[in-house]
Amino acid sequence: MIKKITCIECPKGCGLELDIENCHVIKVSGNKCPKGEKYAIAEIEDPVRILTSTVAAQGLSLKMVPVRTDKPIPKSRMREVMKEIKKLKISKPQLPGDIVLKNILGLNVDLIVTRNVC
Amino acid sequence: MSTFAKKLLIVCLDRDLTLPIYDVIIIGGGIVGTSIARELSRYKLNIAILEKEAEPAFGVSKSNSGIIHPGTQNPPSSLKGRLCVQGNILTRKIARELGVDLQETGELIVAFSEEEAGRLEAIKKNAVLLGVPGLKIVGRSWLKVNEPNLSPEAIAALYAPTAGIISPYRMVYALSENAAKNDVGIYTLTEVKQIQRPKAIFEVVTTKGMFQTKYLINAAGLFADRISQMAGIDDFKIMPRKGEEFLLDKKREHLSNHLLFPLPSATSKGILVIKTADGNPMIGPTAEDTDDNEDTATSDEGFKKVLLAARRMIPSISEADIIAYFAGLRPVAGDDFIIRHEDKVPGFINVAGIQSPGLTAAPAIALMVAGILKEQGLAFKKKLLFHGRRQKSVHLFALTFSKTSKLIKKDASYGDIVCRCEMVSAKEVKDAIRRGASTMDGIKFRTRAQAGRCHGSFCTTRIMKILAEEKNKALTAVTKKGSGSEIVKGETRS
Amino acid sequence: MIKRDLVIVGGGPAGMAAAISAHENGSKDILLLERDQYLGGILNQCIHTGFGLEYFKEVLTGPEYASRFIEKIKDIPNIEVSLKSFVVKLTTGKELTFLKPGCLTQVRAKAIIMATGCREKTREMVHIAGFRPAGIFSAGLAQKLINIEGLLPGKEVVIVGSGDIGLIMARRFRLEGASVKAVIEIKKTSRGLIRNVAQCIEDFDIPFYLSHKITKIYGKDRVEKVSVSRVDDAFNAILGSEFDIACDTVLISVGLIPENELLEMTRGASVPGLFVCGNSLKVYDVVDSVTKDSIEAGRVAAEYLKGL
Repeated sequence: MIKKITCIECPKGCGLELDIENCHVIKVSGNKCPKGEKYAIAEIEDPVRILTSTVAAQGLSLKMVPVRTDKPIPKSRMREVMKEIKKLKISKPQLPGDIVLKNILGLNVDLIVTRNVC
Repeated sequence: MSTFAKKLLIVCLDRDLTLPIYDVIIIGGGIVGTSIARELSRYKLNIAILEKEAEPAFGVSKSNSGIIHPGTQNPPSSLKGRLCVQGNILTRKIARELGVDLQETGELIVAFSEEEAGRLEAIKKNAVLLGVPGLKIVGRSWLKVNEPNLSPEAIAALYAPTAGIISPYRMVYALSENAAKNDVGIYTLTEVKQIQRPKAIFEVVTTKGMFQTKYLINAAGLFADRISQMAGIDDFKIMPRKGEEFLLDKKREHLSNHLLFPLPSATSKGILVIKTADGNPMIGPTAEDTDDNEDTATSDEGFKKVLLAARRMIPSISEADIIAYFAGLRPVAGDDFIIRHEDKVPGFINVAGIQSPGLTAAPAIALMVAGILKEQGLAFKKKLLFHGRRQKSVHLFALTFSKTSKLIKKDASYGDIVCRCEMVSAKEVKDAIRRGASTMDGIKFRTRAQAGRCHGSFCTTRIMKILAEEKNKALTAVTKKGSGSEIVKGETRS
Repeated sequence: MIKRDLVIVGGGPAGMAAAISAHENGSKDILLLERDQYLGGILNQCIHTGFGLEYFKEVLTGPEYASRFIEKIKDIPNIEVSLKSFVVKLTTGKELTFLKPGCLTQVRAKAIIMATGCREKTREMVHIAGFRPAGIFSAGLAQKLINIEGLLPGKEVVIVGSGDIGLIMARRFRLEGASVKAVIEIKKTSRGLIRNVAQCIEDFDIPFYLSHKITKIYGKDRVEKVSVSRVDDAFNAILGSEFDIACDTVLISVGLIPENELLEMTRGASVPGLFVCGNSLKVYDVVDSVTKDSIEAGRVAAEYLKGL
């Protein structure tokens, strides 16, 4: 089966053409760099995304602290992870990269702060 | 009595058995209602304004063009014409007393053909009859010098030097503030539901309870026919006439030196190029009858029509100059104003059909209404202490840097700019709230914050925060123009 | 009147990069004026990823990208940062007037770099007819409300235009539990990057109407619904194609325009030593290009100062 998708690895947004057999990618074309091939395979076999959101702060310089997952998470788990994020509160100063929540839902992914808050 | 009214009545009676009896209640907090209230507040009278919206000026007045007309547009025999010429003089005095800027711009009624030029004489003659001063017919060479951006196709114009501009809502707010200072009760979110007159006293049933008064004045704008009906007079109908107006960027402030009018048609003054008190030129309005007195939608047709007509006057006006648009409704009731005591309902005065030139005429209307009240037996005793003046509110955009610098030294928050397009400081926003603004629109009308080219994209959150803080309420409770118009739907983490 | 070698107006990605670059090229007296209370500009509210791939060879969020420059500026004593500083006037004599809480300051600069960024086009600029109730936001304002203030602008959203911020906000609304009823684009193709259509619209199965436009917004207090029509090649609504979408919120995402009101005060005069960079020069697709452009502006300004 031939499937067309858009690579989201960089702003170029290459149109990829994938040859798929039994849920496996056999051939990728249209990509201008190797990232495209990797993305295509992941997108079909196990689609993942970096999730970005905010965590409520208490008594700090910002009302909301922007956060992201340090690695991509399965697309199918985004909703659950959002639920976890909504429960969190930050009440101590943070630097970009500081971990807010370790190993979210056992996904082996950490939630990290992306902005200085004091 | 309806069950609703009964319930309200019971609630009121439960709360206060000795409900005050006002001397005069005015229904409607627009330019007409607040002008009447301010005029009457000179006397020892117990007065209240009942306004159904969250703030004064949220009805017809908010979409007024802000022109102080000289009186060139109405027949000499009309009430409109007479009150306009009288109001033109009175408005200057009141604006000075209340610290509202009135700019003397003068107007030009522009003729594009020999036939039109011929009609200017007739307009001039009528205006002279009404007593409009300083009129002059000017030709091409005068126009070239004094109105250089005007289309070269304009061949002559009638120049009326007594035309001016004012901010219509700032005038209403100045009047209502000053009236309140002189003890007029201003009740907002108070919609009149029923009017009774069991004995010689009116019982006005509202969404905020019952009010009692000896004299009742109907200045309800688009709803004046309904209020009149409630009082038992059902002989006129308000036919809303929609006008779409388009505001241009402040960068084009000097587009024209005068207010520019085409020759009038039977239903309207035509599409004008207007200077405004805020500096942003405005083009419009359209004139279209509608049967819905809440229909303030703008249309593609209106846009095209106004742009075309405005470009006929000033060809350099471009679509890209337009930063905002809105539609307002004129409360039309026949050809003239209806200002009269209703003998069938003693003590009830209709002030209806106050469309253009209502803003200009308002102070004259107020005097006329005071005269009617006197005739009807209301005693007018001057107060010992009437606060005739109001401290002018500060608008940085209208000040020199040296004045701004002094103000910032006095209060640091004058240097804290909230609205970048219109240069409005945090202090001005706070002042507006302390003077009565309770909604985002109320702040916009008073200060111009959010009204510029970015349309509040940058300043909305900051203004919401100042409003919430000053009023000690949640950000989620901040509204655009009253309950039901909350800006946001909730918090993301609560 | 104070005197400075180089004044930079705007502390977003352009102004910060220009300041660092001017310093690295030998400028020793730099004043950076920022109107907000933080450096970073609009990057602070762009909490999504997609920044820095070209310049840092890494995938970063907006705040992360900004903080790399903010930290660097902190360590350069030659760059004085003045926050909450709002410039109100620029003259051809390179004199600037700015207000900040507590003072009005006039400064004469030997060189000036304007890095004032851009702003969103409004509903008024694409003239959508109808009412003007609460619930109409620029996509950027909605982004600020959600990401900075933690407020949810609406629960049932229709997005006008497929600019990148609009697409990003479609996903953001969905992740916060709101429903995105449609994205309406008048053109035949998306205005935003294709990757954003993939990861923000397709990922969430959001209805995406190309060659459609909103013909009217309804609602007296709050938005209640919009009318949508298909359009022909001249972008005119096709008769009979109209349908309504119930919603409480309309987001406008129809593109960006350079913010150049200060520059316009010089009335197009050629002023040696006055430079413009970043989105106030032209609107770039990605911030990495803004950085590159502004590094060059900083270098050129430093060279200019050396030549005086």
